[in-house]
Amino acid sequence: MNRLRRSENCYHPWLPFISLLGKEVNRFCRVYTQTLITPVIIASLYLFVFGATLGNRISVVDGFSYAQFVIPGLILMGIINNSFSNTSTSLFMSRHLGNIVDLLVMPLSPLQIVVAYTLAAMLRGLVVGSAVCVISMFFATLPWFNPWAALSMAMLASFLFAQLGLIAGIFSDSFDGLAMYINFIILPLIFLGGVFYPISILPPFWRQLSQINPLFYLLDGFRHSLLGVGDLSLAHSFIFTGILCIILFSATVLLIRYSSRFRS
Amino acid sequence: MSSALEINQLSKAFTGQAAVKRLSLSIKDGEIFGLLGPNGAGKSTTINMIAGVSRIDSGSVHIFGHDSVVDCQHARRLTGVMHQELTTDAFFTIDKALRMHPGFFGVRADAQWRELLVERLELQPHLHKPMNCLSGGMKRRFMLAKALIHKPRLLILDEPTAGVDVELRHTIWQFIREINRHDTTILLTTHYLEEAEQMCNRIAIMNHGELIALDSTTALLNQLDARQVRLLLCCAIDHLPPQLVQHHARLDDGGKTIILPLQSGETVCAVLELCRTLKLPICDVETCKPNLEEVFLHLTQPDRYPQRQACR
Repeated sequence: MNRLRRSENCYHPWLPFISLLGKEVNRFCRVYTQTLITPVIIASLYLFVFGATLGNRISVVDGFSYAQFVIPGLILMGIINNSFSNTSTSLFMSRHLGNIVDLLVMPLSPLQIVVAYTLAAMLRGLVVGSAVCVISMFFATLPWFNPWAALSMAMLASFLFAQLGLIAGIFSDSFDGLAMYINFIILPLIFLGGVFYPISILPPFWRQLSQINPLFYLLDGFRHSLLGVGDLSLAHSFIFTGILCIILFSATVLLIRYSSRFRS
Repeated sequence: MSSALEINQLSKAFTGQAAVKRLSLSIKDGEIFGLLGPNGAGKSTTINMIAGVSRIDSGSVHIFGHDSVVDCQHARRLTGVMHQELTTDAFFTIDKALRMHPGFFGVRADAQWRELLVERLELQPHLHKPMNCLSGGMKRRFMLAKALIHKPRLLILDEPTAGVDVELRHTIWQFIREINRHDTTILLTTHYLEEAEQMCNRIAIMNHGELIALDSTTALLNQLDARQVRLLLCCAIDHLPPQLVQHHARLDDGGKTIILPLQSGETVCAVLELCRTLKLPICDVETCKPNLEEVFLHLTQPDRYPQRQACR
């Protein structure tokens, strides 16, 4: 009976945050075939198609093979897709299965919740991106013009799409609704943002339209960091992406704080 | 005795429809407190606001002196909640979940405490199964273990025995009583009123979002002045003596039983003395008093259940 007697527990204010982050990392590691291996295989297939087969017949940027051109885009695509999927799926599934109540009763501030989810998503995105990067070495050699800028841009990309994933997870009410965000927003942004072609080869109207696509700035900045050439200056890409990150992060924290879709 | 939970003028509405209306109550430290009410009375909404699952429209909740909004981090770490809905998490086994859960509340995992919960709630054979592979009863046990794993000082149980078999219900209540004896305040809702009657020191009854009764269980039971005496006769009689008719007595069981409502303050001895003077052939006596279910029905549906009519 005395074993039931409560001993005073020491409260560690940061432990809930660290535990939530650990849970989110654990979650995607437990289903690694789906969350890590599958995206790497998909990216490898793209690399094979564009690097070893079609790529030899296409040339879009002077001085670089098509494989060299497309690899930064494929790495970033892996990062973006997986960061977005991690937060959106985790939050949506929690709401769908009802275990979000476990999150709601935790002694965590909205800021801590957003940061914990974001860091786990960034980790997954960057692990997939790194794996694609390693595999791409078998298909082409990149000049690595500015590796730190490339890493920073990759982190900003994963951060940005983790926020979008949280927003999608809050607003989706069904699996269809969640798929809609991916099929009608994320994929068009990726494919029209210059993963497979430089914006500069587009007609003027489409080029201008592409400039309102935030992916364009991310992709151009990342490609510029790796290849040393881009449609925009690196500073331009970083400033635009940085501002977008701040706006979306603030919006996400406010949604978690005030939205009745998260806490009724 | 200090307050474990202090609710003051708590209100909540969903799309303009009031779910909880200016609810105020206080639960003492160490108490087992029952919150009862028919479906839709606002019990779960109240519990959700206390636990932080729902926002508070107006009013306040203090848990061991910590405001649940302003000082939510301290308030929540002191609270354990077993929710009414069976939720699942397919990603983790229950062993993993029980290891992770204390951290969510800012306390380090205590292996001995975890083992005790596993042992007492008989979770051992299922430790390495994911939660979605457990039966309904096992999920309830796991949810109770999860609510207790960070050693909360206030344990909130929202219909903990809904849909569980008699044996498990007995196990759960026995364990909750033990937990309560060791410094844990319990707030519970249940539809099993007999259990609430046995378990709770005090009971609040809600209806249409409002508090309609709050008293000790004994005082609530005494609210209905419906004590009755059943006089079992050795041989049947054809009609009641006029003195008993004046007492609103009636005959039952083909004239072999007299049912006599006791007036306020009237004793069974006085009734027996009256029967002796009337030379009634009494061979046995039964007394009945209202149970919580009758009090509950009387309070929540006074038109349909004004007073009890007969012993059951």
